[in-house]
Amino acid sequence: MERIISVLVENKFGVLARVAGLFSARGYNIESLSVAPTLDPTTSMITIVTAGDDRVIEQIMKQLNKVVEVLKVVDMTETSFLDRETALIKVHTRPEHRDEAIRIADIFRAKIVDSSPGTYTIEVTGDVDKVEALINMLKPLGIKELIRTGRVAIAREAKLPSRREQQAAKA
Amino acid sequence: MKKAGAEIFVESLKQEGAKVIFGIPGGVVLKLFDVLHQQKDVEVVLTRHEQGAAHMAEGYAKATGKAGVVLVTSGPGMTNIVTGLADAYMDSIPIVAFTGQVSTALIGNDAFQEADNVGISRPCTKHNVLVKDVNDLARTIKEAFYIATTGRPGPVLVDIPKDVSTNKAEFKYPDKVSLRGYNPTYEGNKHQIKQAAEEIMQAKKPVIYVGGGALFSDAADEVLELAEITQIPVTMTLMGLSSFPGTHPLSMGMLGMHGGYWSNMAMHHADLLIAVGARFDDRVTGKLSDFCPEARVIHVDIDPTSIKKNVHAHIPIVGDVRTVLRQLNVLLRSMDGNQSDLKEQRRPWRSQIEEWKRTHPLRYHQDEKVTKPQYVIEKLFEITKHDGIVATDVGQHQMWAAQYFKGTKPRTFITSGGLGTMGFGFPAALGAQKAYPDRLVMCITSEGSFQMNLQELAVAAEYKLPVKIVLINNQFHGMVRQWQDLFYEGRYASSYLGKIPDFVKLADAYGIHGLRALKPAEVEPVIREGLKHKGPVLMDFHVDPFENCYPMIPAGGAHHEMVLEDPPELRKAQKSGATKKKAEEGEGVLPA
Repeated sequence: MERIISVLVENKFGVLARVAGLFSARGYNIESLSVAPTLDPTTSMITIVTAGDDRVIEQIMKQLNKVVEVLKVVDMTETSFLDRETALIKVHTRPEHRDEAIRIADIFRAKIVDSSPGTYTIEVTGDVDKVEALINMLKPLGIKELIRTGRVAIAREAKLPSRREQQAAKA
Repeated sequence: MKKAGAEIFVESLKQEGAKVIFGIPGGVVLKLFDVLHQQKDVEVVLTRHEQGAAHMAEGYAKATGKAGVVLVTSGPGMTNIVTGLADAYMDSIPIVAFTGQVSTALIGNDAFQEADNVGISRPCTKHNVLVKDVNDLARTIKEAFYIATTGRPGPVLVDIPKDVSTNKAEFKYPDKVSLRGYNPTYEGNKHQIKQAAEEIMQAKKPVIYVGGGALFSDAADEVLELAEITQIPVTMTLMGLSSFPGTHPLSMGMLGMHGGYWSNMAMHHADLLIAVGARFDDRVTGKLSDFCPEARVIHVDIDPTSIKKNVHAHIPIVGDVRTVLRQLNVLLRSMDGNQSDLKEQRRPWRSQIEEWKRTHPLRYHQDEKVTKPQYVIEKLFEITKHDGIVATDVGQHQMWAAQYFKGTKPRTFITSGGLGTMGFGFPAALGAQKAYPDRLVMCITSEGSFQMNLQELAVAAEYKLPVKIVLINNQFHGMVRQWQDLFYEGRYASSYLGKIPDFVKLADAYGIHGLRALKPAEVEPVIREGLKHKGPVLMDFHVDPFENCYPMIPAGGAHHEMVLEDPPELRKAQKSGATKKKAEEGEGVLPA
């Protein structure tokens, strides 16, 4: 199952390497990763998207907690949360496609942030489904380049069923 | 007044109470060594290889409980201690390793003797830091010692660039450490402890299974008390040996792959397992799906990652072993004053264990011709009355030492368990001897392991460290040869050490007393003479090259599937001399 793990760490060099090392040492891939300082500039939040069996993830979470510079570890999957990512998509636009590209961007409430005679660069923010749906729509036009930020996640204030429970209910 | 980084370094060591530092100088640490040279409080032991320094620090730490300190130069100096760091990390040994680094301006430039010290050591240290500013040095050293010695202990590396050791800063050693991400739990959860106590009183076939954690937290008294109040037999892991008196009637000795038949059978039939500072290593558990099939598990450990890692714990208790056992013992005493009842209740279980012990004891057959390795070790412990500190290397001799060692004092059995580092024993013995110059320190080793760090004979001679080296010379990587006999149809691939030095001459070359025993009759006189000698001694015992270590749980087997002796076809091959011939096809001559 996909897991989103938030790791609050000291904002110091070397910490990210230690955190990432716990995954790589077990042959686990990090699907996406985002790191940035929090409101308190001495700390950073690392958001990691990974997949793995529960036992290994539990072990990794315990190991993360053991790292001296790690302050807090939360498995977001066990909570109800919002997650977002941003993508910048550079699409080829032949003259006959330029209107179509704008329409698609509009539907997804995406913005065109750069333009050249042969391309548009479209910026989109949303959950994974939305970003991927947009990418799929743009593919026929020809995507020249695509950059995604990796996801960030924040817990909802209102208590709702966790992501894991939602997935279980669906299944 | 401002001080140079090197002065801050030495002052900080003094503040931490470090008395000795093991290491070798080099370009970027010259300033550190120069300041060390001009004072008397911290002694420098110049080892002959950096790996030796790391293992000496480990031996020192294991014997004393204090952090062992290492100082080496950048590049190869650092890479040479990696084995020691990995060993200390696996076995939770507090060492603080200081490594030199090229000047901050040169880092990343492929400078002479540059290596990414923190990068290389990251997966094998509990914590590591590159100090980029001399103003951070004192605090970093304080934190390093604190992290190394608290919680689950482990190695910490502090990387000091050359300019940081020469730059100046105000020196003020911090009084205390504040690390918001590091707060080990010491007290156990009261509710869990109560539940544990209740289950302990109810259990009919309980076993206490003690690991190295009991030694790190100085909990030998508490383990003894727990065993005696509850009359529960105690088995120890390799790392836990000496945490409970080996001569005590409740002691079952070591468990696991080469543990006693009785202790493994007790594990297999137990209805309650009280795991204390142990981590359910695969050499202990054997096949996990058949591990303690009937037992409920209480697991006390300071490291939450050890709990439920391999084996499910019904009652997990995160906390310091000594603190938790004190809480538990108080509760157990209050629950039942009537010890004779409890003794009665445990009687059938204990007599069952005695029965297993009686029918399947440790055994070997000693004749008059060829010395059995077990005989040497058994004699050694008989003569020393199990008193003294033992450091072992890795392999067959290590397992025999573990089987026959019945030490009564904590921290007297020093061995490389997790990483299984050949070459560990001798420098570790030197480190222990450095800590306790007046105690008897023995190194039980073999010709294979000893040759991996024999350069430290110079340290024994120079620093007058009277370690008694008991070298079990079977001309093979014995454990490898054993597995080749059992699982690879006796093909001795690279296990026969044909060209073995004359160890007596070798010792002599270093100015160390050397002795040799070729026959069984010479074993006891050599041990006695060696022990009588004031300085370091190397005793070379030529033993049966084909003796195998039993009992044994074959890889993938469970506790009740122990193999007790050589299979008949192997015995036949040995009798006919086929095994011997095979070995001789290489270079070298076996003893007559």
